[in-house]
Amino acid sequence: MAQSQAKRSLTESRLGGLSVSAGGTWATVARNDALARVQEMGLPERRDEYWKYTRPDSLTQAEVVEAAIFDGGDKEVFDGLDRLKIVFVDGVFDADASDDFALEGVAIERLSDAAAADIHWAKDLYGALETRGQTPVNRPLAALNTAAATDGIVMHVTGKVSRPINLIYHHKSKVSDAILHHLVKIDADADVTILETGPAAARLNKVMEVDVADDAGFHHVRVQGRDHERRAVTHMFARLGHRSAFKSFTMTANGVLTRNECVIELTGDDAQAHVAGAAMGDGDFLHDDTVFITHDAERCESRQVFKKVLRNGATGVFQGKILVKAGAQKTDGYQISQSLLLDGDSQFLAKPELEIYADDVACSHGSTSGAIDDEALFYLRARGVPHGTATDLLTLAFLAEAVDEVEDDALREEIVSLLEGWLERRRA
Amino acid sequence: MTVLDDTQVKDGVDQETVDAVREVGGAYKYGWSTDIEMEYAPKGLTTDIVRLISEKNEEPEWMLEWRLAAYERWLTKVEPDWAMVDYPEIDFQEQYYYARPKSMMVKPKSLDEVDPKLLATYSKLGIPLKEQAILAGVEGAGEMPAEARKVAVDAVFDSVSVGTTFQKELREAGVIFCSISEAIREHPELVKKYLGSVVPVNDNFYATLNSAVFSDGSFVYVPPGVRCPMELSTYFRINAENTGQFERTLIIADKGSYVSYLEGCTAPQRDESQLHAAVVEIIIEEDAEVKYSTVQNWYPGDENGKGGIYNFVTKRADCRGDRAKVMWTQVETGSAVTWKYPSCILRGDDSQGEFYSIAIANNMQQADTGTKMIHLGKRTKSRIVSKGISAGKAQNTYRGLVSMHPKAKESRNYTQCDSLLIGDKCGAHTVPYIEVKNNSSRVEHEATTSKVDDDQMFYCRQRGMDEEEAVALVVNGFCKDVLQALPMEFAMEAQQLVAISLEGSVG
Repeated sequence: MAQSQAKRSLTESRLGGLSVSAGGTWATVARNDALARVQEMGLPERRDEYWKYTRPDSLTQAEVVEAAIFDGGDKEVFDGLDRLKIVFVDGVFDADASDDFALEGVAIERLSDAAAADIHWAKDLYGALETRGQTPVNRPLAALNTAAATDGIVMHVTGKVSRPINLIYHHKSKVSDAILHHLVKIDADADVTILETGPAAARLNKVMEVDVADDAGFHHVRVQGRDHERRAVTHMFARLGHRSAFKSFTMTANGVLTRNECVIELTGDDAQAHVAGAAMGDGDFLHDDTVFITHDAERCESRQVFKKVLRNGATGVFQGKILVKAGAQKTDGYQISQSLLLDGDSQFLAKPELEIYADDVACSHGSTSGAIDDEALFYLRARGVPHGTATDLLTLAFLAEAVDEVEDDALREEIVSLLEGWLERRRA
Repeated sequence: MTVLDDTQVKDGVDQETVDAVREVGGAYKYGWSTDIEMEYAPKGLTTDIVRLISEKNEEPEWMLEWRLAAYERWLTKVEPDWAMVDYPEIDFQEQYYYARPKSMMVKPKSLDEVDPKLLATYSKLGIPLKEQAILAGVEGAGEMPAEARKVAVDAVFDSVSVGTTFQKELREAGVIFCSISEAIREHPELVKKYLGSVVPVNDNFYATLNSAVFSDGSFVYVPPGVRCPMELSTYFRINAENTGQFERTLIIADKGSYVSYLEGCTAPQRDESQLHAAVVEIIIEEDAEVKYSTVQNWYPGDENGKGGIYNFVTKRADCRGDRAKVMWTQVETGSAVTWKYPSCILRGDDSQGEFYSIAIANNMQQADTGTKMIHLGKRTKSRIVSKGISAGKAQNTYRGLVSMHPKAKESRNYTQCDSLLIGDKCGAHTVPYIEVKNNSSRVEHEATTSKVDDDQMFYCRQRGMDEEEAVALVVNGFCKDVLQALPMEFAMEAQQLVAISLEGSVG
């Protein structure tokens, strides 16, 4: 379809400020292919259906909107956990602050090092899942990332990795504009847990491509900091082999604008994909979970569990889709999106979609929105629980279904304590 | 023969349902045509055609101006492409926009003067245009009191209304029921006030087209406090080839009134697809109630997708007054392509909107249908129950919007949509939009079951059913209730659908 002049100039203006290296290496070829994709699609505008509820302007414009540095005096997330730390400051890898990459069962490299190699496994993955994820819906900001990513980590998981790998993102410059691209290739029977924490930059565009082979497992827990003014658009692209498992949970507290897209293709029979999120927004906050799960194999299971607690004019968005292709029989698809509106100014906008071409499947898509249940509140108050505590308890109970998606006890407890901290601060 | 005959049906799907769907998708019963002399407007669409339609209907100048303005707007509009339907590009210049039987050139003064061929057509469809006659197929009519079985019919044949029954009796009750062309001439003050006030001229591509070229349709006005003494109905028949039907319906229920309106439609079997772009506007004032039921059975095309009606319809009800109430019920079995979203604007405080839909798509049919519930007033309520069934190679999409505006405090919505696939070559899709902008309202999209009806649920649960079974029973039972209550005696296929259950739904 022909692009409007406005879209073309928006795209050119944004691309003008980025550098896409020329040359004949596999990486430059992939980047230039991606550049052509962005130009072909054009960057998203408010009128685009896929951005109906989230204004993309601040994510697509050439200039970064300043974001004040936030220091809440919090302890580092996952502090007590035995993990391998890889630190980025404003989107740039910080070797001094990071641990040594040596870890049994996984080979870790910086994207720039992999890109410099003539022959590298990353050639077959970089931009490959992103490209697949462009159909049937365009995701131009992900293609832009592939074209112009400034840093990232590539991981080849060959065995069961004993310690989680923690990607830590610090935000230190008010105008940082980070474009990070990570690759995770998991071989058959291998398993890895990846944690992501921190706000990353004033504006973050992040892509993670995850290729999960047969019988392999990918576990992911992400905490998107409580930096008030940051903006982020992230994409997770995953392809799942036979009997493999993909489990991802994201907790988001504040941030002016966050759009997390998750695009999963179940290509092997009996695979499992679980994506969950708990978001708490206060005031000037928009949080958008956009999920697209494609069932293209038999007997696969997918779950989408998203909960949002909103107050003081915060906005929650959920666009979830389950696509069941012809032949993907015995699919079990589950999707729930719920919001708890703590006051009359907040809003929830949802589009829980199903597209089904196989007859022997079960897909559900529930969506609800409302205030705290007066009766439940009354019950607690009648038993002497103060109003604030009662509200917190009910809020935590509301979020529990999403948080319970985190299987590891230690990780889940950390998430719960973060949630409690958020609620407590709101009450103070 | 339908594609269904050699379809493998998965376990868990009720055999009675498969049979009922097979029956519906079988040979189209209304595919014959009436051989009658017609007069056509020249092919294509220009301002001259718009003028001609206006002239044929003997319209006042203001109506012509209205149409011409709509035509100008239409030229600037682009055909929407967001629906999950796929059809060859329509050449709007290859259509006839006006066709009427020659015998209607001089409008008959009463039904006795109507061309016997036209009367025979309706009689064959099961709709005798005689006031004393009971509509064909009414079971148990003999036991009913005479008052209860009266149905006033406005019969629209291609571009013109052939006749309207029981007009006199309705007039005595104060109800105006006539063709829209007659209303424009006889009740201009009402038409001027309300036409285009619910579906504005520039609302969407097809509505704008309709505003320019609508040729006939029905008009209903129920005065304050009047309960319409009988069911009103309009039966639309497309007969002429390559002719689009553009009808316009305007229903006004004044304060405290009540009316139940039914609509049926069929068309002959032809190889060429035909266009149908209608607009229905309903205005419901304080404490008034309107029930609008449709049995849509346009020719669906053959099993290879040849022919069939393209049904692009804009229907909207505006609950203007407090406690106004509207109920849309639709049974969709026909049309090659359906694009239709009967909607409710819940403007008055405590107003209510309901939408019940059963859409069955067979062979190569494509249906993209649903509703919009726009909650503006306080304590407004809406309920959406949609059942979509796909068989053969058909695609069936539910598309809907529930919008709770900031001022619509303490409002409620409950939505339940189920889809059933019969065979593995068809598709079922659900595209709900949910927008909640205040926190005292509750919106539930089939997530919790408690609000179906607490008492019924409790009853079922008490007898040992699990929650899911109980909901299925309550909802399916409810669905049957709706169908059985459909006052569409002339649409026997609706009765057949009572056998359908949504057991084995995919989502």
